[in-house]
Amino acid sequence: MLRWLLGGRDVQEPVEKSLVLCLGDDQPKNPYTELQVLKGHSDIVRFMVWIDDIRFASAGDDGVVFLWNVQTGERLHELRGHSRPITGIALIPSTYHLQSESCHLLTASSDKTVIIWDLDTGSQIHLLAEFQSSVKCLMVIERLDVWLSGADKICVWNYNAELLCKTTCFKDADVSLMIELPKTNIAAVIRKELVIFKLVTSSESHTWEITEMRRLSNHEDDIRALITINDYTFATGSHVGELIIWDALEWTVKAFESQFWNAAPQSDKPAEIKISRTAYQHETCIHHLSSDGENIFAAIGTGIYVYNLQTKTVIAYQQVAHDSRVLHIAKLPNNQLVSCSVDGSVRLWELQELPPAEPATSGIFSMWGIGRPNKQQNQMVKRKLECSMLKTLELTGDLIGHSGAVQMFLYSKDHGIVTCSTDHLIIFWKDGERESQLRSKALFQQLEQDDV
Amino acid sequence: MSWLSPAKMTTGSGTAKSRHPLSNFNLKTPGPRRPRLNSRRISFSFPSFPSRIMSVDYQASFVGHPPGTSYPKLNFVEDSKVVLGDSKEGAFAYVHHLTLYDLEARGFVRPFCVAYISTDENKIMQQFQELSDDFSKASECLKTGNRKAFANELEKKLQDLEYTRNVLHNETEIQKKSNDKGYYSSVAIEKANELANVEKCIIEHQDLLMQIRNYSYKKTRDVDYFSYEPDNGTEHSDSGLEQLQNRDELCEKNNFSDRSYIPKFTKAKSAKCFEKKLKTLEELCDSYFFNQTLEQLRQVEKFFRGDVCYLLTSQIEKVLLQQQQTTSFLFEDPLLFTGEEQTEKEQHCEKLLPSFNIISAKVFEHPFLSNESTNCESYKSCVESVPIKLDQQISVENHHGTMADSIPCKNPLGTSDYLELEGKEKGSISSGESIEVLGTEKSCPAPMLLSKSDNQPNSQSQHLEVVRRKFVGTKRTNSEDSIEVLSTTESLIPEDLKPIYPNAIHEEEPPLEDEEIVMSTGLVQPDANLNHANRFSNANFENKTITLSVLSEPVDPSCCIGKESPHFTKSVPTFVTEEYSDEVVNVPPQRSKTIGQIFHSDYQQKDDGGGLHNTADQVFSACEKEYSDLPGNEETAQIPVDEYLDNMSYISASLCSDRTPSPALPTSPSKRPSGKRKKHSGKNSLWFIRQYSFAQQAIFSLLSGRTLVVVGEQEGKVKKLVNALSIFVPNYGRDADSVKQWITFPLHIDDLQTWKLIGLQRIASPLGTSMLHSLNRYSRYISILDCDNKTLRCPQYKGQLITRLADHRTQIKRGSTYYMHVHNMLTQLCSQAFLYTFCHHLHLPIDERESEESVTYRRVNFLKHHLGLMNDDSKIVQYFSELIKMHYLHEPPKGLNPVLRFNYIPSVVFKI
Repeated sequence: MLRWLLGGRDVQEPVEKSLVLCLGDDQPKNPYTELQVLKGHSDIVRFMVWIDDIRFASAGDDGVVFLWNVQTGERLHELRGHSRPITGIALIPSTYHLQSESCHLLTASSDKTVIIWDLDTGSQIHLLAEFQSSVKCLMVIERLDVWLSGADKICVWNYNAELLCKTTCFKDADVSLMIELPKTNIAAVIRKELVIFKLVTSSESHTWEITEMRRLSNHEDDIRALITINDYTFATGSHVGELIIWDALEWTVKAFESQFWNAAPQSDKPAEIKISRTAYQHETCIHHLSSDGENIFAAIGTGIYVYNLQTKTVIAYQQVAHDSRVLHIAKLPNNQLVSCSVDGSVRLWELQELPPAEPATSGIFSMWGIGRPNKQQNQMVKRKLECSMLKTLELTGDLIGHSGAVQMFLYSKDHGIVTCSTDHLIIFWKDGERESQLRSKALFQQLEQDDV
Repeated sequence: MSWLSPAKMTTGSGTAKSRHPLSNFNLKTPGPRRPRLNSRRISFSFPSFPSRIMSVDYQASFVGHPPGTSYPKLNFVEDSKVVLGDSKEGAFAYVHHLTLYDLEARGFVRPFCVAYISTDENKIMQQFQELSDDFSKASECLKTGNRKAFANELEKKLQDLEYTRNVLHNETEIQKKSNDKGYYSSVAIEKANELANVEKCIIEHQDLLMQIRNYSYKKTRDVDYFSYEPDNGTEHSDSGLEQLQNRDELCEKNNFSDRSYIPKFTKAKSAKCFEKKLKTLEELCDSYFFNQTLEQLRQVEKFFRGDVCYLLTSQIEKVLLQQQQTTSFLFEDPLLFTGEEQTEKEQHCEKLLPSFNIISAKVFEHPFLSNESTNCESYKSCVESVPIKLDQQISVENHHGTMADSIPCKNPLGTSDYLELEGKEKGSISSGESIEVLGTEKSCPAPMLLSKSDNQPNSQSQHLEVVRRKFVGTKRTNSEDSIEVLSTTESLIPEDLKPIYPNAIHEEEPPLEDEEIVMSTGLVQPDANLNHANRFSNANFENKTITLSVLSEPVDPSCCIGKESPHFTKSVPTFVTEEYSDEVVNVPPQRSKTIGQIFHSDYQQKDDGGGLHNTADQVFSACEKEYSDLPGNEETAQIPVDEYLDNMSYISASLCSDRTPSPALPTSPSKRPSGKRKKHSGKNSLWFIRQYSFAQQAIFSLLSGRTLVVVGEQEGKVKKLVNALSIFVPNYGRDADSVKQWITFPLHIDDLQTWKLIGLQRIASPLGTSMLHSLNRYSRYISILDCDNKTLRCPQYKGQLITRLADHRTQIKRGSTYYMHVHNMLTQLCSQAFLYTFCHHLHLPIDERESEESVTYRRVNFLKHHLGLMNDDSKIVQYFSELIKMHYLHEPPKGLNPVLRFNYIPSVVFKI
């Protein structure tokens, strides 16, 4: 296509392209046939969060938070208050036992402030500026009506922005990730370490206390991903590709997988693999993890992997799922797996049972093996497939629209996918058929109204 | 049709019921003017018709001293409206009589009339209500201005009188004092009488002032009265404020001048009226209102251009379009709905439509020549007034195309077979509007003519002579009428008239005299232009003549007829025009000449070589090829021949049906998408579908909502292609313009949302590569037409519809015809889409239990079997339907781009 466009001029296409899965324009399983571009941001859009069924907020490096109507694409509010990029965002759901019934939004910025916004009016409620370093992460614990900010220390606040308690200062690094564990425990990531805190409240004196319970240093490199899987397990992923499944109550390691996708080849010819890997420096970095309770979906380097918790094996994977690093991955309720990447594309995958009768699994084999000179590796993969692969990831569609890295996406059953990107844009991807139906419905409603 | 235009508000001599005074005056006219009158008004064996117009009842309304009162009473009378005609002369007129107040006139009333003259009786009859409404408005405006001026005048007069009284009083006092004899001298008595007279005068004038003020006040409260003013406001929405301000200033100035007015001594018995120069219309009326009136009348004139058929059709069309607002946004001219003028006129249309054939009873109620007993004094004054007025009227009018008008009256009926031929050729009513060679008027709809000629090329491929004879017998119902004769003038001017024709043109040459200029200030400009246009058209005629005299006789007539109708229809006039061309045209415009020459040479060659089958088609394609091979930047050079012909026809106004005001008229808004533009696009698309074998694929992309990007190095070439394809791009209906002619930066995804047709520059630079990369990236959403390599990359079209829409072997030869053809098919599609969109059960289940699948099935079935759309054709309707839905639901909200809908369909590369 490009060559055709260039009209025979000599333009070298990047060699790597041939490695990547190519899906033509014929995508019958791709329902997203309508897109709408939202413009507003003037820098990278990094965060998006649902507010309710029809609203979501987006924030990014321009320090502005926009509120959008997902049905029409209208911009509802423009929240300006931060002077530096936004580093964290969290939603305080509407709370009925408080006076206010509207949602509040927390935003943290590298200007060392946190702002609480009223989303119905778009106004600033509280501005917290007493931070020594910029807040990297925010977490709301709904059942306790408190929220936590993670910077060089963890602070606990109530909804009225009153400081309840805080930890001591971490000397070496800041808290980058936090999740809530059972029994009012909190897991926080400080570089390589996972620190467990306990939040204690005494109902009599209304005092709060946060104490460090344990430091877990099982990772060899910085922890990049931290997710809750269910009430009893959570998982972490590190920069060098270590995946650890933890017991949420005991804080013990349930499973440790280091370069688990290479387990089989490693024993055979580790050296060659390393050579072949040099082209992808970030290949082993776990950028994002998500889970549906049964499986963990990991975005590792340019590939995506499905790890089954029960069998503790990778049941399906796509080593070169994108041209570049995969930044976000999630399984949608409609069983679609969606991944987005620095290459600007969003891809839709379908997890399919491997038909037992078909031995070769030529699809996958040929797909990711294209252009690889190493026959050995192909064989290795083949062996690996034979032993451990149970399912395949089939590419069912890709969404092309962004011209920069797609940072993350949101999904809603009613409105499809929303993606945000480095190119300052937010794009709605909607099911064209469905939208058409909805429009027809709206049309006839309108007609009825007009008649009356 | 001709038009006694605003400046020709004639001072009809109210009492001049006979032609006598006029002819008298005529004889008295200073030498230089008389021939002009004669030569220009030939159409009416002067002065019978114009004088009749003026002599018709104006409802003489002055009543000096009504019984029972001792003071003069002003009469506020309604205007009278009259239709009169002279079938012998082939002229019919709607005459609107009104009275204005003039302090110096007898009974303070001066009659005036405005007339709309047409050769077509039906036009006036059927549009009577409209005409009457419009004229009433204008008249009301004028009268308001007049009342204002009159009141001013009265005030001044009162001041004069007061002053006079004071002077007289003083003098009387002096007389009294100096009177020691005990008796009054005759001088003193005279003075006393004078004083008494003056006092009486004062009282009378005060009474008049009160009357006029009361009336104005009363009128102001009347809602109807004000109706015209908002109209003015909308018509000149941009300049309205300014005008109002001006007006305020003017008022202030007036007041100021009032204050500073230095009263004069007046004699109680003023001089006889006929010794005075009568006030001009401008003097009689407040200048703001005067100009408003002129403007209104100009609008009226503009609105009534075209023959009845055209007027009615366009009115019906507008009304119908209004009812189709749900779909019309797609392909109709958006300005058709936004133009204020249009909306204003649409109201009229609604009013008018139901009463097409109703001729107002009024017409008959008014006696044609009702009259008052005339008074010698006023009689004289009127006569006095006429010379100037009438002369002005005629001289100005002349500029508006009475020239051609003038011919038929001396036209023997012998030309009627030409007429018949002409009528048949056109396949429609030929109109008398041909008169408007000068550009004031357009005539019958071209499409009819063209489609006809397209469909039956064979029937036309007969010898010209045969055709002529063949149609001689077919008489029209009213062919005896001189209207018919008039209607032929456009194309056929008999030889015996040829001395007159140039003469008439020459008559326009002498510079206008001062007073005329003063009188017709507003019109000097257009006149000049018209003059120009006239020359230009003549120049064209000349060119044509040469060709045809070479080609015409033995073999070629068939060719002439068979090829392109414009050729044919235009070929007819040349028989006449050639004979005076040298007289009329001194320097034909350069550009047209060269193009004409190109055309001629080409044409001749082809003709020599190929005989009968070498029709213009080939000529055109040859020419076009030639042009398309030219470097793209030279836009002018790219105007192919038929465009040139279009232009010609435009100027000569023989075929043009569009409502665009003549370019010669400065009042016409310049930004209106003209019929010319349509023609241009139509012609370009015609060229496109002939030249590019993959035209259908490209058109399908546009009609199914896929953005088409035309890539090329040369701007001209790209723009031409974009222009050619633009007629297939559905509008979003709102502010978004879906065609982008030329961009030089890489495309973004949101550009694809707004623009559906894009011209993109291909440059050999890093930027160029990034542009191509962006194209590559979005190749899923766009079709790419590479105009340098003549390739197209887009999904393949499988269907029949576009085959009909864009058949590269189409018989259609003219751009405007093709435009109509496309428009027609698209309108059809729109109506299908409308049906599809608004059929409830196609989109929603009939009852709750029904599954989604069955609704889908029904939908597919409907498209396939009810609308007869196969394969990809249904996609077009579905896309239109989606647009209609969005339009109806006012989606997307203001300020947002529409959503981009697309399909995952593989593309194919097409090559020529």
